[in-house]
Amino acid sequence: MRRLLVYMKGYCKECVLSPLFKMLEAGFELIIPLVVASIIDVGIAGNDGSYIIKACLIMAALGLIGLTCTLFAQYFAAKASCGFVAKIRHALFSHISSLSYTEIDTLGTSTLITRMTSDANQVQSGVNLTLRLFMRSPIIVLGAMTMALIVDVKTSLIFLATIPLLALVVFGIMCLTIPLYKKVQNKLDSVLNTSRENLSGVRVIRAFRLEGNEKNKFHQKTEDLNKAQKFVGRISAIMNPLTYAIVNISIAILIWSGAIEVNSGNLTQGEVIAIYNYMSQILIELIKLANLIITITKSVASANRIQGVFEVQPSQSITLTDNNEKTDNVVEFRNVSLKYASSPEYTLENINFSVKKGETVGIIGATASGKTSLINLIGRFYDATCGEVLVDGKNVNSYDTEILREKIGVVPQKAVLFKGTLRENLLWGDKNASDSDIMRAIEIAQAKDIIEAKAQGLDFQIEQGGKNLSGGQRQRLTIARALVGKPQILILDDSSSALDYATDASLRREIAKIEYNSVVFIVSQRTASIEHADKIIVLDDGKIESIGTHSELLEKSVVYSEIYNSQFRREDV
Amino acid sequence: MKKQKIKKSTLKELFKYIKKYTPLLILSIIFAVASVVLTLYIPIIIGNAIDYIVDADRVELDKISPLLIKVGIFAIIIALCQWLMNNINNKITFNVTKDVRNDAFDKIEKLPLKYIDSHSYGEIVSRMISDVDTFADGLLMGFSQFFTGIVTIIGTLVFMLILSPVITIVVVVFTPLSLLIAGFISKKTYSLFGKQASARAEQTAIIDENITNLKLVKAFSHEDEAIEKFDKANEELKKASTKTIFFSSLVNPTTRFVNALVYAGVALVGALIAIGNISVATISVGTLSCFLSYANQFAKPFNEISGVVTELQNATACASRVFELINEENEMPDKDNAIVLDNVSGDVELNNVEFSYTPDKELIKNLNLSVKSGQRIAIVGPTGCGKTTLINLLMRFYDVNKGEIRVDGYDIRDITRASLRKGYGMVLQETWLQNGTIRDNIAMGKPDATLDEIIEAAKASYAHSFIKRLPNGYDTIVSDENSSLSQGQKQLLCIARIMLALPPMLILDEATSSIDTRTELKIQGAFARLMKGRTSFIVAHRLSTIKEADVILVMNKGNIVEMGNHEELLNKGGFYANLYNSQFEPSEE
Repeated sequence: MRRLLVYMKGYCKECVLSPLFKMLEAGFELIIPLVVASIIDVGIAGNDGSYIIKACLIMAALGLIGLTCTLFAQYFAAKASCGFVAKIRHALFSHISSLSYTEIDTLGTSTLITRMTSDANQVQSGVNLTLRLFMRSPIIVLGAMTMALIVDVKTSLIFLATIPLLALVVFGIMCLTIPLYKKVQNKLDSVLNTSRENLSGVRVIRAFRLEGNEKNKFHQKTEDLNKAQKFVGRISAIMNPLTYAIVNISIAILIWSGAIEVNSGNLTQGEVIAIYNYMSQILIELIKLANLIITITKSVASANRIQGVFEVQPSQSITLTDNNEKTDNVVEFRNVSLKYASSPEYTLENINFSVKKGETVGIIGATASGKTSLINLIGRFYDATCGEVLVDGKNVNSYDTEILREKIGVVPQKAVLFKGTLRENLLWGDKNASDSDIMRAIEIAQAKDIIEAKAQGLDFQIEQGGKNLSGGQRQRLTIARALVGKPQILILDDSSSALDYATDASLRREIAKIEYNSVVFIVSQRTASIEHADKIIVLDDGKIESIGTHSELLEKSVVYSEIYNSQFRREDV
Repeated sequence: MKKQKIKKSTLKELFKYIKKYTPLLILSIIFAVASVVLTLYIPIIIGNAIDYIVDADRVELDKISPLLIKVGIFAIIIALCQWLMNNINNKITFNVTKDVRNDAFDKIEKLPLKYIDSHSYGEIVSRMISDVDTFADGLLMGFSQFFTGIVTIIGTLVFMLILSPVITIVVVVFTPLSLLIAGFISKKTYSLFGKQASARAEQTAIIDENITNLKLVKAFSHEDEAIEKFDKANEELKKASTKTIFFSSLVNPTTRFVNALVYAGVALVGALIAIGNISVATISVGTLSCFLSYANQFAKPFNEISGVVTELQNATACASRVFELINEENEMPDKDNAIVLDNVSGDVELNNVEFSYTPDKELIKNLNLSVKSGQRIAIVGPTGCGKTTLINLLMRFYDVNKGEIRVDGYDIRDITRASLRKGYGMVLQETWLQNGTIRDNIAMGKPDATLDEIIEAAKASYAHSFIKRLPNGYDTIVSDENSSLSQGQKQLLCIARIMLALPPMLILDEATSSIDTRTELKIQGAFARLMKGRTSFIVAHRLSTIKEADVILVMNKGNIVEMGNHEELLNKGGFYANLYNSQFEPSEE
């Protein structure tokens, strides 16, 4: 959590002023028992009606001043907490954006989203409450004690015993219960998962007649949860009664010692009441404090989770070098192997190939044979575990990432567009592209009819997730997006799946004619999409089975012919 | 009027769950009353004690000590009462929660598929988890707060009236003022909350979009633009939040201020009475101090009760959602004299079957089919043509509207569901793994299988080679939502399940859709061996895999449009021939 405090910078003033005003308010509140004491000792004892009226007006005025102070305190607290968390969110968003694919895989996007939203909110309310209340309670508790000691040391000595005892009870029970509550939460999660599982697997469960088993399992889980809840409930139920008993017994003791003091003439009746009021104030504050601590514990947990994300550092570093090898290979793989952080096995092993300017490369293989992994290495989305990936004769690890990725246009499997205008989406490829550049890319991507059908043209507003476009339209637009940047290397990762045969074919024809002579990678499961490539790489279980043209591979590659035959039965055609 | 009715039935329902705990509930109420009354009595004893502390040498110490001992004893009794009450309340709450959840879960196991298919899982789960939590907390804790609140208010009023009616009036007149102010502020902040919520939603949408697609953002080096967009939304949210938090945090200080005024008022009137300036029965200093402590506490139960009312409303709403689920109609139970099907030979007959999911949209009409034991039936047709519906009917996940389905000559409605389903081995396109080991997942249909049998089944389904490479082999824990297995691997595990169970009839619904073509070829071989002598129903896209079927059912829009073997259908040149030819269109060039 501590590291997050950096983002408090700029709100120091508020962070000091808010508790300060709270302190003032608490201070004024602490004066009230003294006023009451004077009413009793001076007003009532002296039968002085006008003194009483004056004293009561002072009390009302103290209340009003207290209110004003609080307003300032609340304002500063709101400003500081919201500003602080806005800064955290900004930093977190930037940090997440700087992570590489490996870290994104390990953390998981849903976790990252939770950190940015609900955890950030939790921190915000935690900071806000801390500024507002966390300072107030100790001030009232300690202040009440100080004031009581000022009134009379001897009578108030009991405070010195009571307050540490109360603190021990409150914090002791907190420390005991917080880990227990975590356990309860885990048990609840497990109940939730079982319910979910039984809904999503209802057909299988019924087909295998497991209803009875599942019921028993679930009842066992709710029983476990119930036991854990009761156990932690029993402990936390002690807190309020125990503090209540301690405070009231202390009151009895302080009235007794007060009585003795009054009897010997060292103290007045009003002063005893004042000390008694101070003790009562402590009790009220303690109950508030206990509730507050629960909220704060939650936000500390959230803050730690956020900090956990900050602690994940992007694993990729750049070793800038200028030594380019003179070569006409645009892309080259030398003995490249890849093992993902989460997997025990190599996903790619010993990959060697090179591609020259203008060439089209097809990559084919079974699911999970490593096709997408291979192309992800070109833009250095992952680092090769061993071996070298070279783009324009230079190791990708020595490129500035932005410069490297500018050379590459990727069309991923999933056709995703963002909320915003069509133009905004297409400018992703090159933010300085002109409208005519964009139109050219759209033409190649066979997406002209989409634009023409929209009255707003490039200003057409795309909804969240591209919901107002069909799958095929989205796919062609993602291709256009990649082409806007006029990439040296164009990567189509199984990205014509939603296109009909004719469109797919004319797309390939147009791409082959591109004037800037891109290297084109086409990843596919279908031989039809890649049979015209200059080079086809056949992957099998992470290894290159063979490389060649369509007709060569039909001769020499077992895997390729098998795939080809499973899709085009010779005897049927 | 209608709303009221719903609430009443909800409360009735709830009462059923609480009824079991009536003795505990009564005990809890007794403890609550005892602790509240004693809590209110303590200031009076202390007031009495203070009255004995008059002045130097005039303190009656011997009279004070028994009073203070009383305070100590009462404090301990109150603490005990509170602790016991808390425990009892916890017990009731947690047990009711457990009972309701168990009932809800048992219901899930008995609900007709129709209900589960038409509701999102998330919705049902949230009824079982968060709704149950909210209503148990809200209703039972709310009840206890409400109850102690009422007792506190009445008790305080009674004690105050006994002590001094005039000061009581001061307290009673001013205290509701704080409630009014609190209500006023929360109404004003309501619209601010709305603004904050929409700013938050806007930002969440951006976060969601960018982080879900972070890889894409990075592939295009679009990070800076994304951050810029995010920052704009972030700034908006900051402004909205600051305002909302500030205004909503005004409630406490203002009510505290009103409370301070009440306190000053009590002090004023009390002190003036004490010195005889107001001509009513005079009060002692001790009574005044007692009043002051009442004035300090009096607003608290009011604030709590006003909070409880909204909480109770929320809780009843949640409870009614849970009870709605629990009271859903069960799947029609097996007949009392239902037959337990044993040694299925696999003759399946469909006579004049009519079925639709909703009455206004008819789907299957007048379907007749007779399958002999050991025959292979392929079901083909475009998506949404009713292939899966047929499986739903065969497995009796849904009942036919008209007509009948017979297995081995028995109407399946006369057979126990368990024995009917035992007769089938089913692999669906949508794979599903249970949270547990791979071994348990394969053994699902035959829980007493040995590890050797399981490995044998895994080998038969070509899953063994990837399983043995997993970190813990057959003991690797997998789950449906969260596992490192690919879709294809999951499907292999599902196939292994039926390779182990070896049921007399098979249903394969796109069973190999996620498996790559090469593995699929091998699996087809295994399937072919498995299907020998077993009645099998196969749904597939790839026509080549079903060419060898004895009967091909060609479905379109819920109807069987053609029926026959591959040759016959091709020669017929109808719907099937069209489908078949469209898949193998020769390449363009």
